[in-house]
Amino acid sequence: MSNKAAKIAALRASLARAELGELETHAHVPLGYDEVDACMNGGLSHGALHEIFAESGHEAAATGFAAALAFQMATDKRVLWIRQEFSAIEFGDLAATGLLELGLDPIRLLLLRLANAADVLRAASDALSCAALGTVVLEIPGDPKILDMTASRRLTLASAQKGVTAFLLRLGGKSQVSTAETRWRVRAACSLDKENWGSPVFDVELARNRHGRTGRWVIGWSCEDGHFRKPYDEGTEDSGAVVSAPCDRSIAAATEGVGDTKAVRRIA
Amino acid sequence: MVVTKVDNALRLAAVDRKATSLGLTAGMPLANARAMLPALEVVAADKPADRKLLEHIADWSERYTPLVALDPPRALLLDITGVAHLFGGEAAMLDQVRSSLAKQGFAVRGAIAGTTAAARALARCKDGAIAPPSEEAVYISPLPIEALNLDPVTTHALRCAGLKTVGQVASRGRAELIARFDAGVVLTLDNALGRIEQPISPRVPPPDYSVEHQFAEPLITQDAALAVLKALAARLATMLEEYGNGARCLEAGFFRVDGVLRRIIIETAKPTREPALIERLFREKLDALADPLDPGFGYDLIRLSASRVERADPETIGLDGNASAEKEISCLIDRMAARFGSRRILVFRPNDTHIPEAAAVVVSAQYAKPTKAKWERVRDRGEAPRRPLRLFAQPEPVEVIAEVPEGPPLRFRWRRVLHTVAFAEGPERIAAEWWRLQEPQPTRDYFRVEDREGRHFWLYRSGIYGRETAAARWFMHGIFA
Repeated sequence: MSNKAAKIAALRASLARAELGELETHAHVPLGYDEVDACMNGGLSHGALHEIFAESGHEAAATGFAAALAFQMATDKRVLWIRQEFSAIEFGDLAATGLLELGLDPIRLLLLRLANAADVLRAASDALSCAALGTVVLEIPGDPKILDMTASRRLTLASAQKGVTAFLLRLGGKSQVSTAETRWRVRAACSLDKENWGSPVFDVELARNRHGRTGRWVIGWSCEDGHFRKPYDEGTEDSGAVVSAPCDRSIAAATEGVGDTKAVRRIA
Repeated sequence: MVVTKVDNALRLAAVDRKATSLGLTAGMPLANARAMLPALEVVAADKPADRKLLEHIADWSERYTPLVALDPPRALLLDITGVAHLFGGEAAMLDQVRSSLAKQGFAVRGAIAGTTAAARALARCKDGAIAPPSEEAVYISPLPIEALNLDPVTTHALRCAGLKTVGQVASRGRAELIARFDAGVVLTLDNALGRIEQPISPRVPPPDYSVEHQFAEPLITQDAALAVLKALAARLATMLEEYGNGARCLEAGFFRVDGVLRRIIIETAKPTREPALIERLFREKLDALADPLDPGFGYDLIRLSASRVERADPETIGLDGNASAEKEISCLIDRMAARFGSRRILVFRPNDTHIPEAAAVVVSAQYAKPTKAKWERVRDRGEAPRRPLRLFAQPEPVEVIAEVPEGPPLRFRWRRVLHTVAFAEGPERIAAEWWRLQEPQPTRDYFRVEDREGRHFWLYRSGIYGRETAAARWFMHGIFA
């Protein structure tokens, strides 16, 4: 009996190491937006799971944000975009011309269209073990039952093993307990002047961050050279003033659910 | 007893042995047969089912030779050139085929000859005969002319002319026969007598590279079958390597003891001959099958063949390791294609058109060729994107309130939500490609708009107001990031 208990304890410890320890060893990629990077110890971490939630009605903005992050994190490697077929009917199909206009090269994208969320998760776990890929984006509409704590832990582990970053793009879903490194909530932000409007401007909230602070910013995207920037031309408007300043909430303060309290305990 | 409708009358299509002994023949009207035997048991003929059964038997007989041709309604032609010695000679092989088919419950007649028509005639009239090479004439000549399977009118005419055996027909002059009937009769005759050869057209083109493993005891488990497949892949690899080829399409045939053949096909993005990779792809495919491989009473033969090969030179390994990364990606593509289907893993390719929904096409990643076509941006430098990130395959109708019919929208209702336009830009006029379409399509005027929440939509008005249409109809085509 005690033998069994010891075994379980050892397994638990190794799991904790895998979940927390190993993640730390992967590099951080700066987004090129200082305030955000500062919140994340220098950038978004490689080999981890990042969740991107679309605010209701802002699915395209979330898609743009996810695509921007995925291409930036992949550097010169390929991006695998796995999506459930249904989401094309509901939210529109990912368009190569649209990517091109954003300054992202559609040739670098591999698209996998699958029938259901279970297949998406299965394909993703396999794809994350292919180190030749830069990033894997999972586009899942709604709240499928299968997308639970186990699924998210599986993705986290698979991602950490080969250092392939996973982005879980959730359209029209509610956030659940998960082992994701970061969780973003994205909506489109209003343009200010009549002359310069139309370039993507994201109102993003870093709702959860395992190793750093959270916050909310308005971030622009430069379609010319493919990186994040201040939303409007320098001098016209200070982005910080548009929304509340980044809140210095630590992860302990941001208790969103049972899972987070658990996470806190483990860190402590 | 099987009946079918011929010329509006029910006729006997096939009769069994007992019926023949009672004086019934195929082709006889059912009314006549009923007059002879009122208690006749009849079933309607089912041609598609017959055909299917014949296909099944053809599948089964692929264990003897890859060259199997159907000879409907009830015959199969097997080209056994060069394979008979594997089964202990022609006589032993014929025996084996006939006895195993008989064991499956079929009434079998079979014969071996140098040409197709000769074999057909012998099987019809002299079950079990084997005509040695260039002695067809000796065997065929005494047979009745029905053996040639000519059409009934010709057969009848020949009989009326007093020609009852093949030999008698052959003794007449060729010119005479051609003048009276047609060249087809002479052709069949020549073929039957072994004067000319007619190759059979196999159902499946034979693969260039094929290996197989026959088991003394049937194999039951899938794991064992996969292990065999891996060993076969290794043998196939050496064959392929010898010719410098790699397989693009592989087919595994699982021959069940009870005669069922299951074919599993995998395709690869790059020519390959790695056994481990091939085994893994088959494993993926088998795991993903909707109707799993059912071993039944076990397999007695597994065959692996490369149905499509391409030149595969030994790889040059780049110093930067890019080659291995590309290889890893193509392996991933193959795995996904094996598991989910080739049409699900896709890549984008540019298409030379200004119609927005056709400007990019998705093609299966396994077949995508490197392209020279260039992607071209629509927007100018420094401009905001002019093509949406998410595009609706079917543009959705929207209700629009515009100040003037040809102006930009002020408010629009899409999916029951009212959006107020804050900024709008347009129109970008896109005309249909009249040189490609049969029916004229209305011109579209696209507007890029931002609503009060900061979302960017791509709307179009169908038809030029006043010229092409009187009432403007609006559609939602896509959403920008």
